[in-house]
Amino acid sequence: MRLRYSFILFICSFMTPQLAQSQEELLDLLAEEEEPLTQYTIATFKGTRIVSGHTVETQAEGVMQMLIGHRFGRLNTGWRDLFGLDNATVRLGLDYGITDNLNIGIGRSSYTKIYDSHIKYRFLRQRYGAKPFPFTATAMASAMIRSDLRPFGNIDVPVSSRMYYTYQLMIARKFGDWLSLQVTPTLVHRNLVQSTNDKNTIFSLGLGSSIKLTKAMRFNAEYYMILPSNQIQSDIQGEKVRNAFSVGIDLETGGHVFQLHFTNARGMHEKFLASETTGRWLDGDIHFGFNVSRVFTMYDRYAKREKRAARKSSL
Amino acid sequence: MKNIFALITTCILGLSLSYGQMYSTRNAEITFYSYAPLEDIEATNKQVLCAIKVSTSQIQFSMLMDAFQFEKALMQEHFNERYVESHKFPKATFAGTIEDIEKVDFSKAGSYEISVSGDLTIHGITQTVSSEGTLEVGYDESLTASAIFLIELGDFNVEIPTMYIDNISSSIEIRVNAKLKPKS
Repeated sequence: MRLRYSFILFICSFMTPQLAQSQEELLDLLAEEEEPLTQYTIATFKGTRIVSGHTVETQAEGVMQMLIGHRFGRLNTGWRDLFGLDNATVRLGLDYGITDNLNIGIGRSSYTKIYDSHIKYRFLRQRYGAKPFPFTATAMASAMIRSDLRPFGNIDVPVSSRMYYTYQLMIARKFGDWLSLQVTPTLVHRNLVQSTNDKNTIFSLGLGSSIKLTKAMRFNAEYYMILPSNQIQSDIQGEKVRNAFSVGIDLETGGHVFQLHFTNARGMHEKFLASETTGRWLDGDIHFGFNVSRVFTMYDRYAKREKRAARKSSL
Repeated sequence: MKNIFALITTCILGLSLSYGQMYSTRNAEITFYSYAPLEDIEATNKQVLCAIKVSTSQIQFSMLMDAFQFEKALMQEHFNERYVESHKFPKATFAGTIEDIEKVDFSKAGSYEISVSGDLTIHGITQTVSSEGTLEVGYDESLTASAIFLIELGDFNVEIPTMYIDNISSSIEIRVNAKLKPKS
């Protein structure tokens, strides 16, 4: 019995320092120094647009995005128009990150010659770890002006009647690393409408999703639903206003994102999506379209932040 | 019974004896470089944990992958999302030994050439790496460790799509610079 204890003692006296030497111990000490880990969810969507409507994503500080959007004519126009290819509308846009969360942007659409501007702020971010938060939320406000000659028939209207405003709250969550969903309550205000049966301020509910197919490719869908549906009574060019539905894919290369899509909405702005979509999917009123985005880094944000911090501490 | 006490005492004694001088920091810097025909990429992590234990000649690093700062925000997103998959593998660690630590006189300021080897874990994969570096003993009892490692992305299962072969190099240079302070 005694011998056995002595033997164990003997072994242990060798083993203990050995154990203490194991790599684990030092890492544990490091772990003590560590702050509890909280990480932000990244890339809920690949770009700042799902198809035509905004996503919760913003450009990082000092990043300028050039966004070129095209929507061709309707597929059901047949071969004489090469299934809509002869009849394209385009939106050119620039978005800029003032901070990582605050963005501004301008754009111009050829369809009804609209200039738009927006300000967008991401005020909550999804994160996981020590201090988790379930979703990302971004608010967006935009103002638009039509610049086409005589937009409302043969009458002259003041500038104020050419103005449109939209307000959006976007709430999105990324599930795992493959599925993202977004809910977007949207208000569209139109200063002038066609008839007294039409509401000036329309509520529309936007829904969006993005599914990761491969590391560089995603499948997106977007739906804007006018709720309740009787807010717009007037026809546009003889067609009823409908809900907008779009599907597309994102193809990502280094600094570009290519988005190819099919949609029944012609315009590339919430105002068009929510209040001027007339195409009907079942009748083949489908537009092929694409967005191409390219980002430019205007300055190194980390270097600038360091400089800012240094200046602050020297004061 | 007596023997059990003796056993426990030995264990505790053994443990406390093996506690030697420790140095540590939470602001070590690790920068990596990729030199490719079309583009040079670098990113720095300034929040790296590092500890050195003299008695066992151990050296360890631990860092969060999403703390690497890139000049281009989109690159940073791609790095985390597509290449190192930070949501799955948030940390990278190095656990190794300074092989010729006996050359270093910790009581005298000066610079010493050392060689380091150990296990580097990135993207959930552990590989043995080794390199030469310097260890500088400062007048203020601080310790500055620096080294350069070369790694192959393929060894860590980080795939570069053929499309970006000219943008991202398959071998990455890692520069480590850590100023450590004695830990009481």
